[in-house]
Amino acid sequence: MKKSLLSLAAVLGFTLTASAQMLINGAGATFPQPIYTKWFDEYTKVDPSVRFNYQGIGSGGGQKQILAETVDFGASDGPMSDENIAKASRTLWHIPTVAGAVVVTYNLTGDPKLKLDGPTLAGIFLGTITKWNDPAIAGQNPDVKLPDQDIVVVHRSDGSGTSYIFTDYLSSVSPEWKAKVGKNTAVSWPAGIGGKGNAGVAGQVKQSPGSIGYVELAYAHQNKLAFADMKNSSGNYITPTVDAVVQALATANVPDDFRFSMVNPPGAQAYPIAGATWLLVYAQQKDPAKGQKLVQFLKWAFTDGEKLAPDLDYAPLPDALRQRALDRVNSIKY
Amino acid sequence: MSTLPSSDHLLTGSTSRGADAAFKWLAFAGAVVVVGLIVLVGGELYAGARLAIAKFGPGFLVHSKWDPVTDEFGALPFIFGTLVSSVIALLIAVPLGVAAALFLTELAPFWMRQPVVTVIEMLAAVPSVIFGLWGIFVLVPWLRDHLFVWLKHSLGFLPLFQGPIYGVSMLAGGIIVAIMILPIITSVSREILRSVPNLQREAAYGLGATRWEVIRIAVLSYASRGIFGAAILGLGRALGETMAVTMVIGNRPEISASLFAPGYTLASVIANEFAEATSDLYLNSLFELGLVLLALTILVNVIAQAMLKTVLGGASGKVQ
Repeated sequence: MKKSLLSLAAVLGFTLTASAQMLINGAGATFPQPIYTKWFDEYTKVDPSVRFNYQGIGSGGGQKQILAETVDFGASDGPMSDENIAKASRTLWHIPTVAGAVVVTYNLTGDPKLKLDGPTLAGIFLGTITKWNDPAIAGQNPDVKLPDQDIVVVHRSDGSGTSYIFTDYLSSVSPEWKAKVGKNTAVSWPAGIGGKGNAGVAGQVKQSPGSIGYVELAYAHQNKLAFADMKNSSGNYITPTVDAVVQALATANVPDDFRFSMVNPPGAQAYPIAGATWLLVYAQQKDPAKGQKLVQFLKWAFTDGEKLAPDLDYAPLPDALRQRALDRVNSIKY
Repeated sequence: MSTLPSSDHLLTGSTSRGADAAFKWLAFAGAVVVVGLIVLVGGELYAGARLAIAKFGPGFLVHSKWDPVTDEFGALPFIFGTLVSSVIALLIAVPLGVAAALFLTELAPFWMRQPVVTVIEMLAAVPSVIFGLWGIFVLVPWLRDHLFVWLKHSLGFLPLFQGPIYGVSMLAGGIIVAIMILPIITSVSREILRSVPNLQREAAYGLGATRWEVIRIAVLSYASRGIFGAAILGLGRALGETMAVTMVIGNRPEISASLFAPGYTLASVIANEFAEATSDLYLNSLFELGLVLLALTILVNVIAQAMLKTVLGGASGKVQ
């Protein structure tokens, strides 16, 4: 049916030309939605014959829909599990697009600049460090006068890529966290209260004196929240910025299937709480015409598109990784 | 009334008999669609929850662990949170709503009634998320700094009002829901009270009753069944309320005696975690929570119907 329609289209092609737009459907993660929307928007200037429809239904939905092939590409904030990949009818590729950072925000009188290391942060979120003047915090912040105040922990209540990155980081720096809690888009939090979305967490932190929470870097920037410098694996305290995330991407160990975690990378200037987001694309496209358009778009995304990332507080892929992503795009068959 | 159709047309007209049959089938189809929808929703939820039902069995209802990392799921804290927040909401909203309805039907001057009714009905039109935002930024800080402190100070000997005060809590969730169900309880109660025949009131006055006695004996007892129905309508909405609740309840799947502690509800956890749930068992467990919520709603309604029959009986409290 599809084939006969296609051949019919090919016959009519001479007369109908490019009057009809092709629609490419994608669905998945909400974290990269602003940059993807920007890409689709800009790309209409490059190729007006194709239009993209992206639905930010969440990473879980993105994985489900691409497995069911109800969309042309999926998007996910966490790499797919082996169990889910096994459900794909043929090779399904992860292609990283951009990365983002998660920052630790807090509400203390006078908005002091805090420095924290991984084990301390894990202790706070495990509920073992309960006071702001705990020696573990005070020892790293000798210049700050910390109050004898209870710490109110705020975490995300909705499943999210932000929580995935954050718990991935805590698992990598704290064996106790790894054993007791682990990493996922939602976990069984040992302490604190839940806020819905970045806005929910930020709102909760703003409203509760002595609270600590985590939000996306972009959200913290846009809303001028106080955030902590985090100690990385080289022992340096790093302020979260787009550049520091690019450093993290550049030094992260990325395997051939691109399913990598970039928390706590070795780079001296790398910010340690960061994660990539992926597109999920079949290696063999079913619809040749759509496949061709999708590959053309991805080529554009990994050359010109990436340059748009920093303006939206996303970290673009460093050149070496970008080239690897581009090679993967070029090997998509249609 | 002047243009009554002729009697032979009424009795024998074949067209009207056809229309009758058509109307009967149309109404029947309407009823089938409504019932069918519920059955379909239940069936779909069951199909989506099969894996979790097979894995956890009835234990799902009594386990309190909810851990997406280790794939261990239990519904108890969510059932607890849903019921407790709804009960708090009813305890606040029913007296307030009935009082407001009484004022509007029995006591308020006529010029005042319609404007107040309009304002109350506007409250019903405010979207859930707006209540939630108002909850985070206005209600919760006020509760934390004033009402909760006062409650802890004066009633702190009760386990209900002990423990640290975060602001976001089961009580805050209940209060938000109370505000949201207030319009429906007020509106329905007002309609019920308006339907109390004036003869009732006049009879009571005739016996020398004071205004309060008239309201108590002649109006409230006559309307008690209807008011109970209004409360059930409110409860139905309270059980399923999602967005505003999740913004102020603290979203912590824990069972605590203290109303200051954070809690979680069935509807909230489904809305929160559905989009990012990737493992099959996780997704199935969320579906099963939906099934539990549906069952809980039906159960509560059945119990309410039974109570209506036994507690209030058939007597409608007429002044005799």
